[in-house]
Amino acid sequence: MSALAASSFRRRTHPAYVAFLVHRLSGLMLALFLPLHFWALGQAIEGEARLESFLRWTDNPLTKFAELGLVVLLAAHLGGGLRLLFIELVGWRDWQSRAIAFAFALGLAFGLLFLLNLGA
Amino acid sequence: MQRYEVPAAPSQTILDLVTYIQRALDPTLSYRFACRVGMCGSCAMTVNGRPRWTCRTHVAKVAGEGEVTIEPLKNMPVVKDLTVDMREFFDKWARARGAFVPSEDAARDFAVVPPSSPERVEADAAIECIGCGVCYAACDVVAWNPDYLGPAALNRAWTLVNDLRDDGQPERLLAVAGDAGCHACHSHESCRTYCPKSLNPTASIAGLKRATARAALRGEL
Repeated sequence: MSALAASSFRRRTHPAYVAFLVHRLSGLMLALFLPLHFWALGQAIEGEARLESFLRWTDNPLTKFAELGLVVLLAAHLGGGLRLLFIELVGWRDWQSRAIAFAFALGLAFGLLFLLNLGA
Repeated sequence: MQRYEVPAAPSQTILDLVTYIQRALDPTLSYRFACRVGMCGSCAMTVNGRPRWTCRTHVAKVAGEGEVTIEPLKNMPVVKDLTVDMREFFDKWARARGAFVPSEDAARDFAVVPPSSPERVEADAAIECIGCGVCYAACDVVAWNPDYLGPAALNRAWTLVNDLRDDGQPERLLAVAGDAGCHACHSHESCRTYCPKSLNPTASIAGLKRATARAALRGEL
């Protein structure tokens, strides 16, 4: 990458901008997941057996791993949303960077808790 | 992109580099500066991709492997070399009603503003802006929406919203509440990250969001 091309990215490499990106991208990915989610719920209307066979399919390790991603996405999106609410509704000062870090830690913690739950 | 070799010196600033280039290597180089001590806000440039006040940025702090890339500020039209046209940037201060509106009532008594009053504390936190344009150049929303008033103009409006003596509040809130106003901010916080005076325009803009929302709920907008 040329020096000038790199320079247009460099000003965006700070924690708050990363927090914005994570919030935005996790929201987009969750939106992409929603049709699949509704389709799965729709299986319940089709009949118990179809839902049951779908749920059994989701028991495979790869789907469980994908679910871990979903939980992290949800938690990260929740954290990002809380960050925005704090910024806009609470007249905060300098502790917001800690809030950003907390939001990310929360996302990771939820994901790992979910992972531990799977093993139990 | 032009390359220049500049001898290193102790406590050398980016502005020193540019000045050396103009005086010793390339007299045609255009750039802007005035005070050299971080007061006037005229020497801001993009240094290694980040907007900075060049008179207070030491080369030793930013030069990796002895190289520095210096560009004009982003989000403003380049006049020549490192000089940008700041007309739109300052016009937006006027559009955000960034000028104090005195009371027409000459008989009114002096306003008593205790330094510890919440309004004065809010204004104090935002008042030290030197108008360098760093926040404006750092802001993605300015790049996406050229009409967006930008962090500096909105930060100025916020100091006046907190000024008890000002008589232009309804017009000011209306001016900052539109599509190009405070509600367009995405809270990237690039303004706060790069402000050389360590101000927090994101917080000021959030204050404007609350003030305009309250005014709208009261039916004043």
